[in-house]
Amino acid sequence: MFYGVELESRLMLGTAQYPSPAVLQQAIQASGTEVITVSLRREGQGGAGFRDLIAASGCRILPNTAGCHTAAEAVTTAQMAREVFQTNWIKLEVIGHADTLQPDPFALVEAARVLCADGFEVFPYTTEDLILGEKLVEAGCQVLMPWGAPIGSGQGLRNIDGLRAMRAHFPDIPLVVDAGIGAPSQAAQAMELGYDAVLLNTAVAKALDPVAMAAAFGQAVRAGQMAAQAGLMPRRDMAAASTPIFGMADFSASEGM
Amino acid sequence: MQVDVNGQGVTVQAVTLADLLTEQGFEAAAVATAVNGQFVPRPSRANHTLSDGDRIEVLSPMQGG
Repeated sequence: MFYGVELESRLMLGTAQYPSPAVLQQAIQASGTEVITVSLRREGQGGAGFRDLIAASGCRILPNTAGCHTAAEAVTTAQMAREVFQTNWIKLEVIGHADTLQPDPFALVEAARVLCADGFEVFPYTTEDLILGEKLVEAGCQVLMPWGAPIGSGQGLRNIDGLRAMRAHFPDIPLVVDAGIGAPSQAAQAMELGYDAVLLNTAVAKALDPVAMAAAFGQAVRAGQMAAQAGLMPRRDMAAASTPIFGMADFSASEGM
Repeated sequence: MQVDVNGQGVTVQAVTLADLLTEQGFEAAAVATAVNGQFVPRPSRANHTLSDGDRIEVLSPMQGG
């Protein structure tokens, strides 16, 4: 449950960088997503068309505070987004570093505290740091979104052990891997770790065929979710024969003939 | 009066933020506004008096990740 909302599809999809609005629209449909991320920017060309497109998608809107580098900027952007998109949901990004787009953990917690107190339902873009996660939960966040890898890098899950530890440490908090996913296999892997959802954008938007890739991600996320529910076998260091030994034929040549 | 709208310096007749949106041709119902970094909600625009040098942001939905 994400702030009381049950989602059938556990893929959350970004809407930026598609070759055309038509491709974006088809990709949203093909992915099966129920949540799309959007931003607020100075009005440019095609603004009205985009508003119609997101309304027609039927998806729940998750506005972001992308590009904000201070808590104050992020808070103002969130307030503006709430008015425009008519939702308390906000993907809170407070960027600390231009090269890695790594979250600024201190400003993130500060902004989360202000926004949660103001009635926002905050989806913080964070790292896999457990202490930071605890501070965000204390601030009122009921979802955490650790990065897989730097935004737009397509590197996949760079710290699988860290993500696994985070899952174990926050068993009751919905966790979403946000950012860095480049391939459906990586999205499936996040779900197999027991994550509740995956949020991605570039991997679909920059694929050769974004619509087909959107479908591939939708299925991969579903497969990973089913696998996690089914319970993965324990990993072993050595081989263990799967075919029974009992009843095996004896083909050794008889002795003494 | 000289103000800054979305990073562009403009000379305006408008006295309030609501007037400014009309004057600059913004679709008032589709945008969110901030003045000098502070959010100004829709119902407050008509009462929000502008001052010379104000920095006004008028934002609308865009693609995002």
